[in-house]
Amino acid sequence: MNLYDILGPVMVGPSSSHTAGAVKIGLITRRLLGDAPAKADIALAGSFAATGKGHGTDRALAAGLLGMQPDDTRIPNSLELAREQGMEVHFQEVQLKDAHPNTALLHVTAAGGRELELQASSLGGGRIMVNKLDGIDVNFTGESHTLIVHNLDQPGHVAEVTSMLSHKSVNIATMQLYRNKRGGYAVMVLETDQPIPEDSIAWLSHLEGVIKVTYLNTMQEDEHGL
Amino acid sequence: MAFESMEEWLKCSQDKNISAAEAVILEDMSDRGVSREETWARMSAMWNAMKSSEQDYDRALRSHSGLVGGAAGQMEDYLKAGHSICGDVMGKVIMRALRLGESNACMKRIVAAPTAGACGVLPAVLVTAAEQDGLSDEQMTEALFTAAGIGQIIAARAYIAGAMGGCQAEIGSASSMAAGALVCLRDGSPEQMADAAAIAMKNLLGLVCDPVAGLVEVPCVKRNVIGAVNAMAAADMALAGIHSTIPADQVFDAMKEVGDQMSSALRETAEGGLAATATGRAVSERLKSSL
Ligand code: SF4
Repeated sequence: MNLYDILGPVMVGPSSSHTAGAVKIGLITRRLLGDAPAKADIALAGSFAATGKGHGTDRALAAGLLGMQPDDTRIPNSLELAREQGMEVHFQEVQLKDAHPNTALLHVTAAGGRELELQASSLGGGRIMVNKLDGIDVNFTGESHTLIVHNLDQPGHVAEVTSMLSHKSVNIATMQLYRNKRGGYAVMVLETDQPIPEDSIAWLSHLEGVIKVTYLNTMQEDEHGL
Repeated sequence: MAFESMEEWLKCSQDKNISAAEAVILEDMSDRGVSREETWARMSAMWNAMKSSEQDYDRALRSHSGLVGGAAGQMEDYLKAGHSICGDVMGKVIMRALRLGESNACMKRIVAAPTAGACGVLPAVLVTAAEQDGLSDEQMTEALFTAAGIGQIIAARAYIAGAMGGCQAEIGSASSMAAGALVCLRDGSPEQMADAAAIAMKNLLGLVCDPVAGLVEVPCVKRNVIGAVNAMAAADMALAGIHSTIPADQVFDAMKEVGDQMSSALRETAEGGLAATATGRAVSERLKSSL
């Protein structure tokens, strides 16, 4: 583990997995949505459901959705802040098969109508893993720049993406491909060493057969609050 | 790659004729590809965050469950009266460990060291040492590098999460890290640093993780006190020249073995130990119906 996995994070208590990790799950959901969520339906599973209230997991998730970082001292009041800012948040409990004990399933909708469903787990020490995106299994942490492309499962899309990246001198660190069924709906997840230019993301999203492009820039500083 | 044994760490600092903290800084620079300034700034931010988290304590706050809050305030009043058994320095360490443990439970800002549950051990010991010996922020930042170096070795050989290895992995690790850091602040040798880390961990070996109702409150807040007090005793023993018969690396390996043998009921599941007492269960039931 690196030095700052041992000392740190600086965070609002009481639990790195149930509080700090939960803030990060909310935050990554907001970033992937690319906009402030107007409505969020959150289902808590396993230990998140069992001890979440006492650990402030609900407030932590809402805080992340509002754009707060795990050390934001407004986390304890996030549910009130969400109400003031017109963000609708609902919680429920859910049983998930084969999921990590600390897992949340979020369905968020932006004011403009864009939707996202994400399932993520808190692994401990404030580290998280996104397990599902819009119903498709994925695996990424959000600690690197991450490009997610939803496309129709047809030849050529991987090549389009990778040649665009090489053209922009962006090095690919990891790449994963997923699909629900042959010829159906596919997702590629790429983690890169350099940030990807905004116009390239826009170009990608206009390609034929590409359904949705989501980009997570780790350098991006979130404004605090909506 | 970070050091995986105390032996390797001490050899590196000996070969290069640098301090243990300096060896950790160099390792981190190559591990994460960062400059010296970058990692120094980040670690000194950790020190500042620790100091302010201790200052931010509010004795009026209670945790969401109502189980903890106010104890550090009681301790403060008691110390002011001047009759404490532990004396002034140890008394302050106890008070500060309570402050941090309670602040964490009350959703205040803390530094996980190595975890949120054990966040009180290092600041309790270090803030008090800085105050008592008039140490600079630079010295304290260096001490944190030493502490983190010890934690890295523990994480590589065993664990630093209660769910994995019981409370020995959280409070035990924090105590071991704090003990080694204290020795460095008193200009002890690297061998004494390793001895202090070993002794502190040995004394907490076997400690189970049994949080009532699964919350980081009971017994966690008070366990920060024992982690801090134990670190001071271990550092004093090492500085007196007392050796740990079992070397640090083997102590950490033993911690892993003990953790592996610990039933899952004693690893944060709130099914055993204090959580399973009549009172522990009653509290848990009450919270379930009220939360
Ligand atoms: S009892 Fe468990 S939760 Fe509490 S401090 Fe120890 S390891 Fe952490």
